Formats: sequence, structure tokens, C-alpha cells
Amino acid sequence: MLTLTCPYCGIPCDETELAAGGEAHLKRFGPGASDAEFEGYMFHRENPKGVHFERWRHAYGCGKWFLAARHTVTMEVFGTYEAQSTEPPQEVRDRITARHPGWTWRDFA
Amino acid sequence: MSHRLPSGGRLIDRDVPVSFTFNGKTFKGLRGDTLASALLANGQLMMGRSFKYHRPRGVVAYGPEEPNALMGLGEGKTFEPNARATTTELFDGLEAKSQNHWPSLEFDLGAINARLSRFLPAGFYYKMFMWPRGFWKHVYEPVIRQSAGLGQPPRKRDADRYEHFNIALDVLVIGGGIAGLTATLAAAAAGAEVMLVEETAHWGGRAAVDGGEIDGALASDWIAEMRDRLSAMSNVRLRTRTMGAGVYDHGYALLYERLTDHAPDTAIPRHRLWKVRARQIVVATGAIERPLAFAGNDLPGVMLASAVRDYVVNHAVVPGRRTVVVTNNDDGYRTALALKAAGLEVPAILDARTDARGPLSEEARRAGLRVLTGRGVSMVEGKGRVETVYACEQAGDGTVTEDFAADCVAMSGGWSPAVHLWSHAGGKLAWNDDECMFRPDPDAAPRGADGEVFVRAAGTANGAVTTQVVLRDAFAAGQAAAEATGRRATGRAPEAEEEVRQMMVPVWIMPENAPYKRRAKAWLDFQNDVKVTDVELAAREGFESVEHAKRYTTLGMATDQGKLSNINGLAVLSHALGVPIPSVGTTTFRPPWTPITMGAIAGEARGELFQPIRRTPMHDWHEKNGAHWEPVGHWRRPYAYPQGGESVHDAVSREVTAARQSAGLLDASTLGKILVKGPDAGRFLDMVYTNMMSTLAPGKCRYGLMCGENGFLIDDGVVARLDADTWLCHTTTGGADRIHGHMEEWLQTEWWDWKVWVVNVTEQYGQIAVVGPRARDVLEAVGGDMDLSKAALPFMQWKAGTLGGIPVKVFRISFSGELSYEVQVPAGQAPALWDRLLEAGDPFGITPYGTEALHVLRAEKGFIMIGDETDGTVIPQDLGLDWAISKKKDDFLGKRAQERDHMTDPLRWKLVGLHTLDGSVLPEGAYAVDEGVNENGQRRTQGRVTSTYHSPTLKRGIAMGLVERGPDRMGEVLDFAKIDGGVVKARIVSPVFYDPEGVKQDV
Repeated sequence: MLTLTCPYCGIPCDETELAAGGEAHLKRFGPGASDAEFEGYMFHRENPKGVHFERWRHAYGCGKWFLAARHTVTMEVFGTYEAQSTEPPQEVRDRITARHPGWTWRDFA
Repeated sequence: MSHRLPSGGRLIDRDVPVSFTFNGKTFKGLRGDTLASALLANGQLMMGRSFKYHRPRGVVAYGPEEPNALMGLGEGKTFEPNARATTTELFDGLEAKSQNHWPSLEFDLGAINARLSRFLPAGFYYKMFMWPRGFWKHVYEPVIRQSAGLGQPPRKRDADRYEHFNIALDVLVIGGGIAGLTATLAAAAAGAEVMLVEETAHWGGRAAVDGGEIDGALASDWIAEMRDRLSAMSNVRLRTRTMGAGVYDHGYALLYERLTDHAPDTAIPRHRLWKVRARQIVVATGAIERPLAFAGNDLPGVMLASAVRDYVVNHAVVPGRRTVVVTNNDDGYRTALALKAAGLEVPAILDARTDARGPLSEEARRAGLRVLTGRGVSMVEGKGRVETVYACEQAGDGTVTEDFAADCVAMSGGWSPAVHLWSHAGGKLAWNDDECMFRPDPDAAPRGADGEVFVRAAGTANGAVTTQVVLRDAFAAGQAAAEATGRRATGRAPEAEEEVRQMMVPVWIMPENAPYKRRAKAWLDFQNDVKVTDVELAAREGFESVEHAKRYTTLGMATDQGKLSNINGLAVLSHALGVPIPSVGTTTFRPPWTPITMGAIAGEARGELFQPIRRTPMHDWHEKNGAHWEPVGHWRRPYAYPQGGESVHDAVSREVTAARQSAGLLDASTLGKILVKGPDAGRFLDMVYTNMMSTLAPGKCRYGLMCGENGFLIDDGVVARLDADTWLCHTTTGGADRIHGHMEEWLQTEWWDWKVWVVNVTEQYGQIAVVGPRARDVLEAVGGDMDLSKAALPFMQWKAGTLGGIPVKVFRISFSGELSYEVQVPAGQAPALWDRLLEAGDPFGITPYGTEALHVLRAEKGFIMIGDETDGTVIPQDLGLDWAISKKKDDFLGKRAQERDHMTDPLRWKLVGLHTLDGSVLPEGAYAVDEGVNENGQRRTQGRVTSTYHSPTLKRGIAMGLVERGPDRMGEVLDFAKIDGGVVKARIVSPVFYDPEGVKQDV
């Protein structure tokens, strides 16, 4: 039963208020993309035992999507930020680095 | 002979007798008794039979760890199985029944299993029931079902009420012993909001029984003073009869409060489930005494040493007149001394340690008790209960050195911290070799969202053994918890004298070299009948992981969940494997701590409150006019309106015919209505629909398809352009919320710079479809300011105006193939318009119709239904809807996916109509069989039925289905398999059965 802070409402939300939306920072591949690109976008997902970036929606609150950086084992939340982000904010990365020096996730580090 | 001592008993009130029944026989107990103590007071030692061998079993423990004394409580609407007699407070009129026997507790036919025990070793389920294959269904399964399980499930609807509380706190302290009280004081004194819960009705835990002094006062007086002091603090909540059931991520905890189990009262809820979000949780759940594994240790009368003294001290109940104490630690001596003080006989204390020089053993000797060191129990014998205890050298093979006539054995194998709640949220354990226990590893505590520790163990739950250490540890834990919530903690811990004690020695099998015959009678798990030899067998057969050994032997399963014997079992396993205990590890502790009722989990969410029903504005009218309801998502929609003695089927036929021949009226309010507005709305809709919506002119309507990014069809509906930058998207009834969410998701997470607003207005409007050749006549009879002629309002256009003085939007769209107007009306005015339409339509024979008639009408026209023709694997091209997929657009959701080669495979199953040769209705979902078998040896298939109805219009069965290359095979006859093994022959035809030119809807 996680609590995540909705970056729009600024309040800690109970998991029952939220809907999980899978992996964050996927790049969409549409018409014109190769089979491999489309397959990667549509199906390939990280499944880390460690630092992870996820999409969540404050479904029973403001209805807004946001992104969360979280550790899948310790459940530590390094930060939540607006869904309108193409990469994790520096302060979130710094917080992860403080706990887990040398971390990487897809192209981020 | 009375089994109640003439004096003593700190929890009982001798002036208040309580009457109860056990297996139909009436007994007397006292207020303050538990069911277990009252049965013991009546000499009823045997309280149940074991699960596998049906051996007679007595009570072993005093608290929630009790494995044997499980009872069925109450009758009928208040029946509850598997209640522990030890945690059931006695009340007048309590009805209890023992379980797991037939025909009676005293004489049980299932006990034959004990004679067969040689043939029922660990894992026998897996070995025995493999073959012959046919035996499983007809012999093994029925027999196992009959004998499986402990108690019986209740058969009546529960008459009691239950409720949920939600609360947020600074610090939750679980366990109301001296550690919990101390931790609460420390945290509360620092100003934190604290809640302290205790699962029993009494504060103080073991200290109240075992005495000693705290801050110079008797422990029992100190406990009472602490309770008063804490209850006077405004930032402290105290709750007895409230159990910490589970600790979950980020400070979430479930508490289970039993409000009326001790005093039934239907006026208030029976149980309350507290859903707590605590910033800090202190686990002060104490420890559980371990049994010792010797031959005959499951005979009634063999009990935990601490339980024996609890019954004597708390209830003045005598488990036995002559008790042999067997121990590997100092604590067992406390029982011997308590028995001696109560005037009961203790023929010997068998101490497995080679010497006994601690203060407690010295005190026992001074009291005149016989202490035998280096000794253990070779075996215990007796008929149905303890009669003779045979002592032996602990280091030997069980050769008897002496025997004792006795009716009780008090055993102590040391204590295991109750680490369950610590472990629930991921806290790890560390093995402590000196104390022979797993205790919480302070370096691997559960951590919260901020990465900081949020669960702290305190007192004996944390591995502290003496009172002094318990108090200091708990005070520190309470202070640390308060400081973690931003308070400043001060003050000093309560003090107790330093205690000198002699260390325990680990004893996992008694005696050390017990031969097989003895080990096969030495129980580890009493509830599941797991013996030392079973665990050894599991190890020999390769079940080396503790999790595998658990499942193979059933050690620590069922309601016990390893409370009593987990450590003994894994110690035996580690010995058999020749590895140290810590490398074997423990099984996983999962919530709840002890079982909680299903009622408490459900709370008030049952009956009408279980799932709220969504009602359309016309719901009451439907109700009054005989609607046969159909649940559609959370909605209730009329399936049909049977009149008089009419069957539902006949009603559907009548309704279809009316819509085809005169006029029908449909409540279509559940249809999803989503407004999409903004400068980029057209561009956005071009992405979410497969066809072009940006080019739709204001005032016009277009049927649209929506696919997910993987290409499959997810929804359909008519889109109307309301003005230059506003579109109204109709969705399916079940799709409104989902499609609204789908649009929001893409707008927020992919095209967030597009200026589009999306709002779900489904419930703001009622929608009424007026359908049939006389539909126009009906609307004109209602009257208003609208010209509804074909010229003024042609097919697939819409107009705003008033009907009967009510503001409406009228859409000329049709899901029936008839002339049809869908009238959108503000929800509050929908019932009035409905009534006006019925009134005005009466001369035309207007007939309200339900969802089944709607389905038949659309199927006759070959219109697809999301969820019937689609199932998440169907693309629009499969349904012959290529015309609704834009070729001009560069991109839309699903476009790239539909280019994949298996999406363009010519062998895909595609939509066709199906005509049975005999005119019958095809079975729902039937498969068209093909020649040969597939790679799994199953009959090959070449299609399936997706919609099938009796058509009152065509007076025959009609169906739609997906068939391999279907549209290329018009006229072919397929065999559809029936459930009874036969086949129905059906010809492939066009899916449009009625009015293929579409003239009737465009008049």
C-alpha cells in the first residue's frame, strides 16, 4: 500500500486513490517505424529489482497523470513529477544517486 | 473433582458464574474465563482432533498460538468456525463445538488414519494420488474433499454487522505488554499522536503473570498505573481486544477490533477493521514459547510451560495435579514455582542443561523441588491423556532412567520473538546464537516512502529477554519513533533490577539421539500432524528449501502459520541437511497475524452497499412497468418489459416487431457522451479514431472506430460535430469511463501541448431513442419548434430545438436500421420527455423496448457490438469495417500495429452472417469445426459464433461469426459443434439480414 505524492495536488495519496500505468518515459513509434522499433515501444519493458520509473494517475483525485521514481525492493520513493516530462528532473536523479550511486535505467543515469 | 483452585485467579470473578455449552453439554465457568480455561476448569482436557490422524488433542497454549483447541462457535446466522478456545472470552450462553471428528469427539472414525500413519508420510498426497488417472475424479477427490479442512463454513447469511475505520497517526504501537506501554509513554511524552492496541482484554502481557518489580512497584500495579496515566493523555488512544493484523508498505497497518465477541450485542458492529496510515509503527508483540519435540508430546496434558502457569495464575485452573516440568532454559522454572505456590505437585524438573545454577533453579531447589539436570523426556504415555512420563539422558538414545506418574507435562523449549508484523513489510531477521532465536535485524528494518525506517521492534519481540532490557529497549523505540515524526524526546526509561540468569541450550529433538520409533511420535506441528520424521523425510527427498519443506510436509500451514513450531521445524531441517539454522532461514511471514473474519474485511460493503447501482433518469418508470433487469457494468438496464403473463422471449419479439412496424422507445441514457473541445480537437480526434473526424461539418454525424495502440478495436460510436471546435463523441455503455480515461491519458502523456479539453457528460443527459416507421409522427405529435422532415433533418445529421417545451438535441442516427431519432435531453427533464413521448406515441402503438430487442434489431442489420464481435484480438479489418479506416491520415492510434504481417494475414477470421440450414438458433460462442487436429491434438476450428439470436422479423435464427477467409466463402456450409457433441449446419451469408440497401433508416 504505497503512498505517492501527487505533484499537482501536492498531497500524499494512498495507493487506493491511484491507478498504476506501467513504465514511464516510453517513446512512441508510429507509422514509418521499423518492426523492431515498434516492438520495443509496444512490448519491451524494464522489470528491475531496483530503481524504476513508473506512470501513475491520481484517478480518484485530480485525475492527472504523473511519473514516479521508486525502488521496487525497498519501496523508497525518490520523487514524483509531472507526466509532461521527457526525462527525470535532476533533483530526482540526485536523490537516487545519493542512495544508489552508479544507478542506471534505460538511457538515464 | 473440581479443577479450580479454592483461591487465586487474577482475572476471574468468582461471584459471577457463566453458563455455556460444549458439544451440546452445559458447563459452568466464571466471568474472566476464556473458553479454554473454563473447559479446563471442568476437567475437559480434550478439545479437538488433529487434522490428519485425528488424534485426540488438548489445549497446548494460552494465546493466539494455540494449534489444537479450535472450535465452531454459535449457531446458524452467527456461526463461526476455527475460533481458538484460548482467545475466546467466555460469556453467558456461549455455544461451542469441537471440530474435525465424526461422529463424536470421544469416538472418531477418522482416528483410523493414525493406525495408517506409516502409509501417510510427508508428501503422501503427491505420491498416492497420481494414478490410476480415473481414480482422481471418482475416488481421491471426493474422499479428500470430505476430510479436508478444519472447521465447516457457515451456511447462513451472517447476521452481524461490521465496519471500517480509517485513521492517520504519528505512531502506532502494537502490543500492550510492558514494552508496548513503555514505548507509548515515550512517544506520547514527546508529543506524538499515538495509538496503542492490545489483542487481549488485558494490559501488561506476561509481566502481569510473572511478577517482578518495575520502578519499585509490583509489575501488576505499575501496569495499572501506566494504563491510567496513558488514558489521561489527550494524544493517546488505547484499544484492547484490537489486534495488529498486518503491516504493509509505507506505514499502512490493519487492526482488527473485536467489539462484541465477548458480549454479543447486535445493536453495534461485531468487528471493526481499522485502516491505519502511521508514520511510525512500534511492534511490541512479545514472544511465543516453543514446545519440545519428544515422543508423545501431543498427548492431552502436554502443554507449554508458560500456558500452564497462565491458567493457574490468571484463572486458578489446574491443568494437572502432578506436573513434570521439562525445560532447556530458566523460564520453565517459573512454572514449577507457580505450581508449587498453588499447592500442586511437581514430581520433577527435567532440565536438559548439564547443570542448573541460575537463581531460578536455586530458588526451585530451596522450595524443595527435585531438579534433574542433563535429562529429557524419553516419551510420554497415557490413554487419551498424560499418565506416565519417562525420563532419560538428554545426550542419550532414550534409555529410560526413571518414570513418573503425572497428569501434566509443562514444556519449555525457549522463546521465539513474535516477529511476524516486523516481517510483513519486509523486515529481515538475524539469528542470535546465544538466545537461539531469530530476532529483527535492526540493519534491515522496513523502510517507508522516504527511505527511512518506519517499523521498530521493541521488547521481547526485539529479542530482549529480561525486564530491564525490555523496558530500556521499548523506551528507546518509542522515543526514536517520536523523533522520526519530528518530535523531541526526553525522559528516562522505567527501571527494573538487573536479572542474573543461566543461558539456555538449544534442544530441537529430545533426547538427542532418539531412535526413529520415538522421532515418529515427536510432533513439531500439532495442527497439521507434522512430526520430526516427516521433516527429515522431506530433507532426504530433496526438499531442502524451507519453503519447499513447508509445503511438502504442511509444517506451519493452516491457521497456525508456524507460530508454535516454525523454529523447531527448521532446526530439525537444518540438522537433517547438516547446515546451520541461519542458512536454512525462515518461511515468509504474511498477514494476517491470526485469521480475521470475512465480515470484517467486507465491512459495510455488502448487500446494496456492496456495489452501488447506476440508475438512468427513467429508472423508476422501468421499475414500475415491469422491467426485467440486466446489469450492464454498474448500470441496470431493462432487458425487456414482459407484459401480463408474457415470457421474456415473447416480450423481446413483441418489442422488436413494434420497432420494425410502428414505433419503439429506448432508454439509451447509458450511452457514453464525451465532449471534446478546443482548437486542436479535430486533430486529436483524427488520432483517436481510425477515420477522419476533423473534416466532419458542424451539424453532421459520423460513425467512428477507436483502436488501441496495438491495433485492436476498443470502442465505437457516432460522433457529432456541435460547432467549429466542439465534438460530441458517443461511446458504448460500458466504454464511457474507459474511453474518457483513454483520451485523457493520450492528451496528458503524449500530446500535452495540444489545446484540447475532454469532459465526460454521460450523466448530464438522458438519451431517448424513438425508433420505427412512425418515429417522425410521434415526435411531431409531441410538438415543438423543430422541422423533423427528411429535408430539414436528414439521416446522420443533428439539430437543437425544443420538444414539448423541453430543450433537446435530436440526432438522426440509427442502431436499428429504422427511421430513428436519438433525443438528448438534460437528465432532470428526461422523465418528463419520456412520459410525453409515450403519451403522444400511444395512437401509433409506441412500445418501450429493452436491451435484448436492441441487440436483435442491430444483429438483423449486421451492426457489430463491442464485446460481442470484438474481444481484444479483433481489428476493424476483421469486421469488414475497412471503409471506416482513413487512408489519408499519416497516423492514428493503432495504424502502425495494423501494418504488422499477422494483421494483414489473409487467413484471419472475418465477419460473416450465418444461416442455420434448419432455421434454429446457433449456440452462443459455438465453434465451426474443421478437419484434422492441431499440434495439441485438439480438433481444428475455422470460426466461431459471436452473436446469435432468434429474429422475429425473419422468423428464424440469425447469427454473426468470425470465419477463416469468411467473406471469400459465401454459400459454404460449416459444422458448428454443440455442447452435447452434435453439430449444427450453417451457411455463410452476408451479415446484413434485413434491409441490405439501408433504405428504411434514410426516409
